[in-house]
Amino acid sequence: MRRAPLTLWIGAALTGVFALAAVLSLLWTPYDVTAMNIGARLQAPNAQHWFGTDHFGRDVLSMIMVGARISIAVAVVAVGMGMVLGVPLGLLAAANRGGLVDEVIMRGNDLIFAFPALVIAILITAVFGPSAVNAIIAIGIFNTPVFARVARGGALSLWTLDYIRAAEVSGKGKLRISAEHILPNIANLLIVQGTIQFSLGILAEAALSYVGLGAQPPMPSWGRMLAEAQTMISFAPHLAILPGLAIVLTVLGLNLMGDGLRDSLDPKLRRAR
Amino acid sequence: MSLIRVENLSLDIHGTPILRDVSFDIAPGRVFGLVGESGSGKSMTSLALMKLLPDGATRAGRALMDGRDLFALDEGAMCGLRGNDIGMIFQEPMTALNPVRTIGDQVAETLVIHGAARRAEALEIARAKLDRVGLDGTRFPLDRYPHELSGGQRQRVCIAMAIALRPRLLIADEPTTALDVTTQAQILDLLRGLVAEEGMSLLLITHDLAVVAGLADHVAVMQSGKIVEQGPTEALFRRRAHPYTRALFAASAHRPARVPTARPDRLLEVAGLRRSYALPRRTLFGPAPRMEAVRGVSFALHKGESLGLVGESGCGKSTLTRAILGLEAVQAGHIRLQGQTPISPIMPKPARAAMQVVFQDPYGSFNPRWRVARLVAEPFHLLPEWPKDARARVEQALSEVGLTPADADKYIHEFSGGQRQRIAIARALINRPDLSVLDEAVSALDVRVRAQILDLLARLQESHGLGYLFISHDLHVVRAITDRVMVMQAGEIVEEGATEDVFANPRHPYTRQLIAATPVIPAAWMKEPVDAPVV
Repeated sequence: MRRAPLTLWIGAALTGVFALAAVLSLLWTPYDVTAMNIGARLQAPNAQHWFGTDHFGRDVLSMIMVGARISIAVAVVAVGMGMVLGVPLGLLAAANRGGLVDEVIMRGNDLIFAFPALVIAILITAVFGPSAVNAIIAIGIFNTPVFARVARGGALSLWTLDYIRAAEVSGKGKLRISAEHILPNIANLLIVQGTIQFSLGILAEAALSYVGLGAQPPMPSWGRMLAEAQTMISFAPHLAILPGLAIVLTVLGLNLMGDGLRDSLDPKLRRAR
Repeated sequence: MSLIRVENLSLDIHGTPILRDVSFDIAPGRVFGLVGESGSGKSMTSLALMKLLPDGATRAGRALMDGRDLFALDEGAMCGLRGNDIGMIFQEPMTALNPVRTIGDQVAETLVIHGAARRAEALEIARAKLDRVGLDGTRFPLDRYPHELSGGQRQRVCIAMAIALRPRLLIADEPTTALDVTTQAQILDLLRGLVAEEGMSLLLITHDLAVVAGLADHVAVMQSGKIVEQGPTEALFRRRAHPYTRALFAASAHRPARVPTARPDRLLEVAGLRRSYALPRRTLFGPAPRMEAVRGVSFALHKGESLGLVGESGCGKSTLTRAILGLEAVQAGHIRLQGQTPISPIMPKPARAAMQVVFQDPYGSFNPRWRVARLVAEPFHLLPEWPKDARARVEQALSEVGLTPADADKYIHEFSGGQRQRIAIARALINRPDLSVLDEAVSALDVRVRAQILDLLARLQESHGLGYLFISHDLHVVRAITDRVMVMQAGEIVEEGATEDVFANPRHPYTRQLIAATPVIPAAWMKEPVDAPVV
């Protein structure tokens, strides 16, 4: 409890660094990420290229900065989409627990869960062509049932509590109770799940980019940088380590921030500090 | 010679003092009662004996058993002792058993862990112990699961587990608080018999003076981490030397001063109400069997009247309450409020505004993320528009229930259980309803707080002309606050009448059974204490 502000600050700082890098890359990068320089290929980190260069001689630092934009944007938008679609569905299912609406929503969830994510992603790209936007849609669709389940599970236990009864006696309808009472009280679950899904989102984006369904070259993304680095890991390990580290630190930062946010949103814990 | 001797036990958790200089002896084969209100440290005393304290606890003092200091033993030695020499049973039998293991396994487990028996023998002993606690082999084979048993039966299984190794000391922490009165009487009988026959000692922890009076040989009264008074039960109860003991006694016998002001107009009218639930189908095409929770209940509640509804768990009083609150559709019968059109199944907002509810659990009754002002104002939702003077009315309501207007800006966790129940009452009264449904509204409170809340309810009834439907399993409380009482059993009202008549002269066998099962402090003990010199 007492360390809540600290985790929040560390998390925010880590996330902030990458967010800043992403924003900065819109205006300026040390080198052009599309410029090849075969003479300077596969350099280890040095004074000119702080993070070294890849097999085309592109600057890795610049690529990580631009990649941050793609990876974070894809993951954030996909998780946001999953939340925006999934949480209301879960709340609706819980409000009608045991009823037809609940059954339809949850079986629909099962249906999406049952499909391998990659198959749907391939389907989407087959129809609309590969791009970062389609990767977002594919990842977002697969985040939806996760949030629907978490929201429903958390809401179900709340629906048995007396303060919900009191709200019903105060004449409030199911939707209003879901929005006013249930949602704020499952926010902590959703934030934690959100940070977990975010890390999975980054990995999913990496996976889609790896099979060529995500961001298209020459647009760098962390996932594709990792994919390309794997064949060269024995003689240019920095190509795998640095984007990998970027993913790890971003995910860690977001998880810490999520934990801290959860604690500081809870009035009970806020006072206990 | 004492079985266990606690000397100057002090306990701090993260620097907060919990216990101070607690000393007592428990003699072999005797029952030692530890009485006190919540937060007095009585449960912590038992956990300290078992060395099951939470992190951050620092302890001083000694607990001698056979000349060995329990506090000096290491964890391994304590593990050998727990279950073997000291057994324990808890308040909540619903969660004290593992739901995925059979009762036989769970009782046998204690024996196997302590190396007292191999599995086959252990199961035989488990059988014998379950027989001993009154769960015979034909109806309760070892392969039953906890969910197939009732609360009282589960508590019996817990007791069987605790006594499997014939411990010399049995610690019972509020063993009957979660049980119905008739079940409570049976469990107390069982504990009494075990102490007498097996020669074990019992440390009985409870908030209920009547339970202690009927069971304990010695009693210690605890207040904020200290034992303020201890001695043989009868002598202590008769003398009540310490002011705190007197306060506890006064509060548990407290009856708020109230003048019955029932007027002839009918406020709530329930006629021929029925509600049944479909049970799982037994056969593929056969009709699903139905469980009738409420079978044809009719009654009327007059303006300004206090009507009690008494019954044990499963009698249908919760379903009836939900139906009256308009939260549950009924299959037959009707509910009318002030002679209006029926309010079931769809309850119009003005009817809702005329009826509010206070629940049992002061901790689950409030959204933890809202401030009190918003919590109390929630029933304003029933009005055609949000009142402009909402804030002033919230502050007034808080003042009426004995809180300050400044409390409106706090969160609910900043209040104690009793204060929360006051806030719940403020919320129920904010729209000036005619009827307040009090669903076990004082059952979770300590006796002194309960007495205050009962006074408050009596005062508000007089000033607001409120009608109360007071639902409770606690006969003392119902007797203290109601004008008329209904006794409910298996979905039907079996007896109804003026409260004093029903209690003094119960006609229905079930009412008699309930009254007989309720533990009481012998009347002779309750006389005003003579300030005799301390013997």
